[in-house]
Amino acid sequence: MRQKVRQQAAAERRKNFNQVSLGLSDEQARAEAKRCLQCKEAKCIAGCPVGIDIPAFIALIVQGKRKEALAKIKEKNNLPAVCGRVCPQEDQCEKTCILNKKDAPINIGALERYAADYELNRPASEHRALSTKYRGKVAVVGSGPAGLTAAADLAKIGYQVLLFESLHIAGGVLSYGIPEFRLPKAIVKTELDYIRHLGVDIQVDVLIGCTFSLDDLFNQGAQAIFLAVGAGLPQFLGIPGENLGRVYSANEFLTRINLMKAYFFPEYATPLDIAGKVAVIGGGNVAFDCARCALRLGKDTELIYRRTEKEMPARGEEIENAKAEGIKFRLLTQPIKILSDEKGSAFALECIKMELAEPDSSGRRRPIAVKGSNFKLGVDTIIIAVGQSPNPLISRHTPGLVDNPDGTIRVDEHLMTSRRGVFAGGDIITGADTVISAMGAGKRAAMEIDQYIKGSPGN
Amino acid sequence: MFKITSKERLAPGTVRIGLSAPQIAKKACPGQFVVVIVDPKGERIPLTLADWHKEKGIIFLIIQEAGFSSRRLAACNIGDAVEHVLGPLGQPTKIENLGRLVCVGGGVGIAEVFPVARAFKAAGNQVIGIIGARTRELLILENELKQVCDELQVATDDGSFGRKGFVTDILKDQLAINHQPSTINLVYAIGPPAMMRAISELTLPYKIKTIVSLNPIMLDATGMCGACRCLIEGKIKFACVEGPDFDAHQVDFDDLQNRLNQFKGQEQRIIDFPKQIR
Repeated sequence: MRQKVRQQAAAERRKNFNQVSLGLSDEQARAEAKRCLQCKEAKCIAGCPVGIDIPAFIALIVQGKRKEALAKIKEKNNLPAVCGRVCPQEDQCEKTCILNKKDAPINIGALERYAADYELNRPASEHRALSTKYRGKVAVVGSGPAGLTAAADLAKIGYQVLLFESLHIAGGVLSYGIPEFRLPKAIVKTELDYIRHLGVDIQVDVLIGCTFSLDDLFNQGAQAIFLAVGAGLPQFLGIPGENLGRVYSANEFLTRINLMKAYFFPEYATPLDIAGKVAVIGGGNVAFDCARCALRLGKDTELIYRRTEKEMPARGEEIENAKAEGIKFRLLTQPIKILSDEKGSAFALECIKMELAEPDSSGRRRPIAVKGSNFKLGVDTIIIAVGQSPNPLISRHTPGLVDNPDGTIRVDEHLMTSRRGVFAGGDIITGADTVISAMGAGKRAAMEIDQYIKGSPGN
Repeated sequence: MFKITSKERLAPGTVRIGLSAPQIAKKACPGQFVVVIVDPKGERIPLTLADWHKEKGIIFLIIQEAGFSSRRLAACNIGDAVEHVLGPLGQPTKIENLGRLVCVGGGVGIAEVFPVARAFKAAGNQVIGIIGARTRELLILENELKQVCDELQVATDDGSFGRKGFVTDILKDQLAINHQPSTINLVYAIGPPAMMRAISELTLPYKIKTIVSLNPIMLDATGMCGACRCLIEGKIKFACVEGPDFDAHQVDFDDLQNRLNQFKGQEQRIIDFPKQIR
């Protein structure tokens, strides 16, 4: 039987920002690991975007060798404590697990987390002596999952790596976006410390394009640059009233809470105005993160989505967690106007009911408005979580970098942009995607950059 | 950490600090700003680059002791360090030779007008400066602006110095004198939203191109959160990356003012919060 991961009880956790999942106990981990059939041709590995040798690390857990299991994971994955928590394993490694045919797949995510958490309260085991002779120098722009992975892999194969972050804390979406109760910031810090131990020089408060140009980085000796600046540009609905007070983009709401600790205001100086009832618009993981934060701030919260639960892009696990915590869903509903109170802040949301028609290009059934079904909802705080676009800043400030019409940066089959020696990967070339696919991109970029530098004249 | 290298009081409630930030100083252009976090629990506040010294690696910020964080920054002394400074941010002011133009600064907005006026002058323009404050002792940078303007006119609300009235009163006269056809080819203005709106309304009938530097609330200030969104020709624009300069005649000033009022309630709460806890 697949082990059930321990959780903080819903009635408790809805009142705090502590981690929801408590992970597997030693006994549970051992029992779960023993379920693995150790397939010769393991399908789970193919399902993992970074290619972890899953059966091998699981076998080490069976033997009680937790530290070795972690080392095995780290051969491929530089952020295991993160992935064990936020990866959609159900769509990846666990989806291809052979046990799906029998009962339930191995809980690979929980086992990865179990192995990774071994190191949480210990100093990083793998201290790498800083080499005096590097293979070369690479600059990585953006310290989210793609940038961190590329930086770590490049450091491991012997490059001097400079990693630039514009915010004051590294980690990208891991720090500003994903809330504490899904991914504790202490864990992100441990993972960042590990990356630093590998020799990566992480510099915060540097906005590439403004503080340094790409040419500055080349002039400072970088032989290649990897752009991993993500999809951080929030999309709005384009409806009247979106600029009223107490209307937030998901990014603003989450950044105030996760990065700036606005829930400790006024001890922390960043404010958050969240009054009355809260409506979160959207059905993805980000929308769920926003709704569950609002709930934890003591607000009656509902999620408004224009299709049905079946079409929601969020992970099933998060949908279930949110339901158990008391988030209400208002499905087949599209907001069309935000109404103002006398002080210029949100006061109500006018919506229209939707119904599903034939599938659209995404394969999901297309929502269409039901004529005359308009109604008003009394809500005072509105969070718009309908997606993010690629960050436009770097291409705006970099002559010669070619964009696609959707704002992504154009790259060739080796992930190289229109500028020689400048590579790009992760959400900036694909549009918003998961943490693990960005990590996969970072891995590939590290390999491509290594090939490129090896093939350059003078090497 | 970024060290404070100088500090002067320019007027009651207004100080100028120098910060050691060599890379920002090297890249700074008129019209740009930085984000400052004063201490580890501090918020990110945008501040206009008032001046910079590329060789010495120093940037200058002029701070009005208005809100919690600006007071905290203004309370720092020479030798202290602030946690974080990010910049230079925003699009630089477009500096070109246009012939004759007017630069208007109101209150602490004068801080940003100075480098802009200086750059316009250096580009060969004839620069008319108009600055204003509530009263004489609150007026800043008069001498500095005299150096870079061909003509500088001052207004104070109470008439304690210069002309009694507002900067808009002076601008109104200038436009009347110089019109038919207008010999003023640009008006650049920065100050409180009400002032910028009044200037925009003044220049519209004359069809004089008017640029205002907007000052909305910001958070990351790198285009990621949309806190600084403004309505420009009815469309959402992020002032942090697409501004802060915008064509005044396209700005929805009601919207700007409304969004600036957003956290007024919280501001009082933090000011009242016992000091020893922070």
